[in-house]
Amino acid sequence: MYGRGLRALSISTVVAVVAALTLVFFYAPLEAEQGFLQKIFYLHVPLAIIALCGFVVGGLFAIGYLRTRDQRWDFRSYVVIHMSLIFALATLITGSIWAKGSWGHWWVWSEPTLVSFLIVFLLYATYQPLRFSIEDPERQARYASVFAVTAGAFVPANFIAVRLATEFLHPRVLGSTSNLPGSMALTFLVSLVAWALLFVTLCKYELTAKHTRFQLRALRRRLSGEQARDTPPRRSAAPQHPAGTAKLGARVADGGAST
Amino acid sequence: MIALVAELPALPLHTAGKYVAGAYIVAFAIVLIYVAIMAIRLGRIERELGELLALTEDDRLSGRGAGDGKERADGSQDVSNTPRESAPA
Repeated sequence: MYGRGLRALSISTVVAVVAALTLVFFYAPLEAEQGFLQKIFYLHVPLAIIALCGFVVGGLFAIGYLRTRDQRWDFRSYVVIHMSLIFALATLITGSIWAKGSWGHWWVWSEPTLVSFLIVFLLYATYQPLRFSIEDPERQARYASVFAVTAGAFVPANFIAVRLATEFLHPRVLGSTSNLPGSMALTFLVSLVAWALLFVTLCKYELTAKHTRFQLRALRRRLSGEQARDTPPRRSAAPQHPAGTAKLGARVADGGAST
Repeated sequence: MIALVAELPALPLHTAGKYVAGAYIVAFAIVLIYVAIMAIRLGRIERELGELLALTEDDRLSGRGAGDGKERADGSQDVSNTPRESAPA
């Protein structure tokens, strides 16, 4: 179900990433001020944009869950936020390396963009512990969705607030992309597409792997009989019965009569 | 391939080279770690699937001739008659 189109997507991702790296290192000209160091821009900025967009998309999926109570939306929201957190971690590390090369410091606390991104990262770092702290799957999904919606709304608000801040030490990207020379803008856009494809591919892998695991667990319960059916599932931060496994569980409950 | 690499222009690494290399290595290392975790999970799924296959084999052998397709006393369903695709040996 979730694995459909995964092969084509994986191939597209590999091609796009190779194309992006080729453009970054062999096509895009050196920036006058920062020179070769500016190549980090083509990695760091797309990672940041995708991570932030992922958080917002996670919030939109959470709205889908709150509206329909369909566990699939919660499952998607969970996976997208999980992946965005990984991308946000990569953003922080690459940004820190860039700061060291450019400013001579690993971290600058007076820079609003850096600190605001760290706040967003730390906010979402509490998402998994929040889920894990709630045992009841229904409540877990509901509370996590409310968190995802609230935090998802905070992301663009935070972005705008930083824009309105008076200090503009951090290089601006969105809104000033038109100022980039054509070759740099093309390289940046290809990089953005490549990392976005990687994000989607990894999300799909995660969804497929988790869904397969849930199906396996349901099958094991079915084969093991009543004893295993009565055993509550192991406590987990991940959704308990996403997409399809609930149906399988229902078939198990009625003794497999519907199969 | 070697000829192609030889044709590529040299990268002006200077002092910034280590930072750029560091940033890209970190990003790809994160992806690689993630892929490694996925591989471990896949191995676990494969093992669980093998266990379930063994379970159905046991059920099939023990249930043969003793009421095929009927529900057993412990409430679990006999799946010996359930058609399934066979994997190539």
